[in-house]
Amino acid sequence: MIEEELTLKEFRNKTYVIVWLCLLALTVLTVAVARLQLADYAVFVAIAIATVKSGLVVIFFMHLKNEPWILKIMLFVALLALALIILLTFSDVAYRKGH
Amino acid sequence: MNGDGSHSVKEAESTMEGSEFAAEKHRIDYTGAKMGMWIFLLTEVLFFGGLFLVYSVYRAKYSGEFHGSAAGLDRFLGTANTVILLTSSLTMALAIPLLRAGKKHLSLLSQGATIFLGIIFLANKYAEWTEHIGHGIYPDSPLMVDMSRGRIIFFSLYYVMTGLHALHVLIGVAIIAGVLFLTARGKIHRYDFIKLENTGLYWHFVDVVWIYLFPLFYLIT
Amino acid sequence: MANEEGNTASPPSFYQAKGKQGAIFSWLFSTDHKRIGIMYLAAILTFFLVGVALGVLMRINLIAPGKFISARAYNSLFTVHGVIQIFLFIIPGIPSSLGNFLLPILLGARDVAFPRINLLSWWFYLLGGVLILLSVFIGGGAPDTGWTFYPPYSIHTTTNVSLAMYGVILLGFSSIFTGLNFITTIHRLRAPGMTMFRMPLFCWSLYATAWTQVLATPFLAITLMLIILERAFGIGFFDPLKGGDPLMYQHLFWIYSHPAVYIMVLPAMGIISEIFPVFSQRTIYGYRAIAYSSLAIAFFGYVVWGHHMFTSGMSDFARVIFSLLTFLVAVPSGVKVFNWLATLYKGSIKLDAPLLFALSFIFLFSIAGLTGLTIGTLSLNLYLHDTYFIVGHFHYTMFGGAGFAFFAGLHYWFPKMTGKMYPEGPAKWAWGVMFIGFNLLYFTMFLLGLQGMPRRYFQYLPQFYTNHVISTIGAGILAVGLLLMFGNLLRSLFRGRRAPANPWGGTTLEWSIASPPPTENFAKIPQITEDPYQYK
Repeated sequence: MIEEELTLKEFRNKTYVIVWLCLLALTVLTVAVARLQLADYAVFVAIAIATVKSGLVVIFFMHLKNEPWILKIMLFVALLALALIILLTFSDVAYRKGH
Repeated sequence: MNGDGSHSVKEAESTMEGSEFAAEKHRIDYTGAKMGMWIFLLTEVLFFGGLFLVYSVYRAKYSGEFHGSAAGLDRFLGTANTVILLTSSLTMALAIPLLRAGKKHLSLLSQGATIFLGIIFLANKYAEWTEHIGHGIYPDSPLMVDMSRGRIIFFSLYYVMTGLHALHVLIGVAIIAGVLFLTARGKIHRYDFIKLENTGLYWHFVDVVWIYLFPLFYLIT
Repeated sequence: MANEEGNTASPPSFYQAKGKQGAIFSWLFSTDHKRIGIMYLAAILTFFLVGVALGVLMRINLIAPGKFISARAYNSLFTVHGVIQIFLFIIPGIPSSLGNFLLPILLGARDVAFPRINLLSWWFYLLGGVLILLSVFIGGGAPDTGWTFYPPYSIHTTTNVSLAMYGVILLGFSSIFTGLNFITTIHRLRAPGMTMFRMPLFCWSLYATAWTQVLATPFLAITLMLIILERAFGIGFFDPLKGGDPLMYQHLFWIYSHPAVYIMVLPAMGIISEIFPVFSQRTIYGYRAIAYSSLAIAFFGYVVWGHHMFTSGMSDFARVIFSLLTFLVAVPSGVKVFNWLATLYKGSIKLDAPLLFALSFIFLFSIAGLTGLTIGTLSLNLYLHDTYFIVGHFHYTMFGGAGFAFFAGLHYWFPKMTGKMYPEGPAKWAWGVMFIGFNLLYFTMFLLGLQGMPRRYFQYLPQFYTNHVISTIGAGILAVGLLLMFGNLLRSLFRGRRAPANPWGGTTLEWSIASPPPTENFAKIPQITEDPYQYK
């Protein structure tokens, strides 16, 4: 038995549907933006929109908003590790001579 | 509340005598089970992260060819698959509150819908892949080795990343099917739904990976 | 609160617990963390000795190059030696054996958070080991690429690279599951009153290690998977003809393999933190500094991998950054050494085998760390990379450091795990022989490296001969010492004196229960009211 105070704090069903609609809207947005000729900026815009979408999934569908802060820290640490790894790899790849 | 924001199981266990030991064994640590699942998902973040690293390095090197090659992908199918997966996340997320509200049949329907959408996703992927392979584009094919280097890397990345993702979708579908079975049998119920919740976490993660894959492969023309 | 003797009225030990199945099944399918820890220990030590044998064969070749062993065989020797010692001995080593056995007890818990995942972890380890051994004996033959599996050679060689890699991937998952289990156990199963800062320091080290296992090992899985795919399907990520970059592999590989060395050494440092207070009967100096330094080492371990690639063709910008970060990682290690030594000051020193091994750890690890700074220096690295200097350095860290700490822990917790005492005399003699052999074997490698002897070469110019002979003599002496040590412990397993619950006068929770412990660890989960290592 799960004690009452330990159980999942849910959102209302309506909230999930609204989040889903936002996700669909953002999908439309990202496809539309792709049609514009943004060249190099296209990647950053695409990743930015994808990050907002992922954020919605993580915060609402995965309930992270209501979870103990230790889980939020764990996710942050993992993302920080990945970010540092990518950054440091680019310190090599982006600065090689004679490319 | 513990120092990390979580609740421990009740303090009563601390003075437990031998006779209560058996009861202790059957107690579930709900938060612990969820924590274990989250940590597993973090390993998956780093796992796919490695591939995204490879993608970003080669993308920076071959940006022109990546742009050009992306046109060879079916943007309609890609968008459709995105919508499918996002919707499957909704149905998966709804399965829990429906179960807890006592609406077991609706929850089963929701889980079933998720499986159905997952299968459609895989079918689309299969269609895409067979089309490319039919055109002679696959690793080490005579056509592919003649392509420009950036184009080879693009399609290699496409196969490896969407392939690995599709494998995760397939595994997810299988696990949800198992969870649906357990829900139907009453092993998962409104007072013990951690398996359903953890499976949902896995499924949402698979969705998040696709949220990134979609624009990076289909929308960079 | 300490229970004096393991008296005959107490519950049966975990060895005696009877299941419904026969003896072998009840062990192989056990979810008891103590049984899993013991099984891991047996397997890990067996693989270690296999690895030692391979090392001895290498040393024999190196005093008579080509006489008994061909060049191709030598390549396979150092590859399999590395794969076994790294993936089957030192990475799982302390966490999976001593960590599994002790973590729940040190926390006042009955088991880890996920006992069945623990069992899965053990089976993955076994299966991984089987696959690696299989890769040596079947078909294409043992991999000959070096344990680092660099492309392009790892793509083209016809040896069993893919098979060995499947084994390593399984071992990676074993490691990930152990880490996941330990993190959750530490967060969720500490006894009432045991805050994070009342945990024993071995638990802190296992915590930092677990995070490294969880966040770094996935990179190993993806890297090896890409090599397997390249061998099977010609993917081309690392093939310049197909647009790939061999350096991309090196980045991916070392992004895991550098943190991996902290998986090796952090638990070792945790053992040292346990031993010093007990054998000086003083509380540990700077508990928080040591706890934080474990986290700092784990963090810095992520951002220094490029120092394995200084001569590979990386950008100058990256090389400078990685060199700087490499220097910084020495700082938290230094913090620990000072705290350990301060713990001994004015203590009541008891120079038993655990302390002897722990003290030699400090000496050997200091040499390791200082030579690490040497090769972390960009200009020196250009000269010393891929020479015997490197080989000497990493053996001082992995063997002199993590290995000797492991042996310290083995002796320290031997009575607790087996219920028997080992005799001190033979243990100390074994240590002495090992210490002499170790330094002869590996210190000469620094000299060889400075003289210019490259690593992984099966033959060499005549000027290196003398040092190679000294090194091989050291290997022989070390091997004798290892046999003495293991022989002593093995003999004590059957003929040792009965061990009391607390032979060393320790204050952490494992010494408050019987030797060996009962299956449920504690009759009553303890209530913690004070910091660890409190001595009068």
